[in-house]
Amino acid sequence: MAIYSTNEFKAGLKVMLDNDPCAIIENEFVKPGKGQAFNRVKIRNLKTGRVIERTFKSGESLEGADVVDVEMQYLYNDGQFRHFMVPDTFEQYQCDEKAVGDAGKWLKDQDSCTVTLWNDAPLAISPANFVELAIVETDPGVRGDTSGGGGKPATLETGAVVRVPLFVQQGEVIKVDTRTGEYVSRVKE
Amino acid sequence: MLAQIRLFFAERSVLEVETPLLSHSIGTDPQLEFFTTEYCASPLRQTLFLQTSPEFAMKRLLATGSGSIYQIGKAFRNGESGRFHNPEFTMLEWYRVGFTLPQLMDEISDLIGGLFSSQSLQDTQRVSYQDIFCSFTGLDPLVFSHQDYCAFARACQLSEAVDICGHDHAMWLDFIFSHKVQPHLGSNALCMVYGYPACQSSLARINEQCPLTTDRVELFINGIELGNGYYELADAEEQNRRFDKELAIRHQQKLPVSVKDQLLISALESGLPECSGVAIGLDRVLMLLSGSSSIEDVLSFSIHRA
Repeated sequence: MAIYSTNEFKAGLKVMLDNDPCAIIENEFVKPGKGQAFNRVKIRNLKTGRVIERTFKSGESLEGADVVDVEMQYLYNDGQFRHFMVPDTFEQYQCDEKAVGDAGKWLKDQDSCTVTLWNDAPLAISPANFVELAIVETDPGVRGDTSGGGGKPATLETGAVVRVPLFVQQGEVIKVDTRTGEYVSRVKE
Repeated sequence: MLAQIRLFFAERSVLEVETPLLSHSIGTDPQLEFFTTEYCASPLRQTLFLQTSPEFAMKRLLATGSGSIYQIGKAFRNGESGRFHNPEFTMLEWYRVGFTLPQLMDEISDLIGGLFSSQSLQDTQRVSYQDIFCSFTGLDPLVFSHQDYCAFARACQLSEAVDICGHDHAMWLDFIFSHKVQPHLGSNALCMVYGYPACQSSLARINEQCPLTTDRVELFINGIELGNGYYELADAEEQNRRFDKELAIRHQQKLPVSVKDQLLISALESGLPECSGVAIGLDRVLMLLSGSSSIEDVLSFSIHRA
């Protein structure tokens, strides 16, 4: 795998740090006029999602991490693993709940999502920014309800619970922003 | 800004000078990387260097009896690029014959005060390196205690410093100062830190009363380093020793070979007048004046687009 020097660290670069794959978020060159140069680097550990700050002596290097994002189709959940497929090659991957994490509650069969592979094994799943899911359970609406007001909780077909406006009915399909977990709109069938 | 600076020095009868950017020799500081270029006038082929600062040439002028001088010009430092660095930048450097460091600090404060008159800076702060370092870290910067420095780094979640710095006192000071002290210096005010530890003396004199410190001052506003001044070392032998020591370090660290400035040594031998001098990065001054967060914003074209 390639070796990257601090000068090459830029946002998005994937490197190995303390045996974990990490992504560089920010790299600041710090140098006193008459002194040692350092790079103060913000890094996200891709396994844990935690962001840490670490200082390197300028010119130090890290090994690159074999991390790639691949668009895949979500197939099914066998109870222990979730299964994904690369549409072009039909290559399949299985993924445990730890790697799926929070993304699990937005995954519907056949939907496409981004699977992050580290050394060809799934490391993390990111759902599409917007997903369309049916409401399986919510309190019935009452005449006079409008888009104003506080809204009510609705359980979606994948198990996720989001707040929806009072006029939205059970059985309807809604669009949700997975980054914030917020209701966006109703989807006309 | 440039017009204002020129007026400031004209009023004080300081002479503007211009010295070569291309030179046969170059600074030996292991922390400063230089650009090398080749002069071709067939059959002659010579290595020339782009200056990392006009210091040596200006000191040669001082030794010939120029009196107080200033220069606004480009300086080049290889490999330095970031939010506050561009490998080619503009420097204001001036020398005052007969000035002690405190006198020069008064003048720096006047100049900066004038340039920032529209920003209503707070009163200029003057603190010793030892006091400011100790107040933010509880550590003594003049006496190296590996154990205490390591314990401090671990307590601040900076344990990587232990591996990076090892037993190198100067590197520990750079690490801790730039992470834990500098960001707090000069909030909406000019902060001048003087009395640097002797291991970071560079081209300054060792202080006569306290040989653990050196007559060097650094300037900060809003945590940004703006400049660096000295009560200038005039002892040719001492200068020669420091050059040789730095050349040895460069050799040991396998850094590019630099060529020491014999002309500067001879100039010092012939006699440098008692003087103090300071260099200020004008791009960073402009950043602060315009509220820019990156040096790119005040350059016509940064190195990536030059």
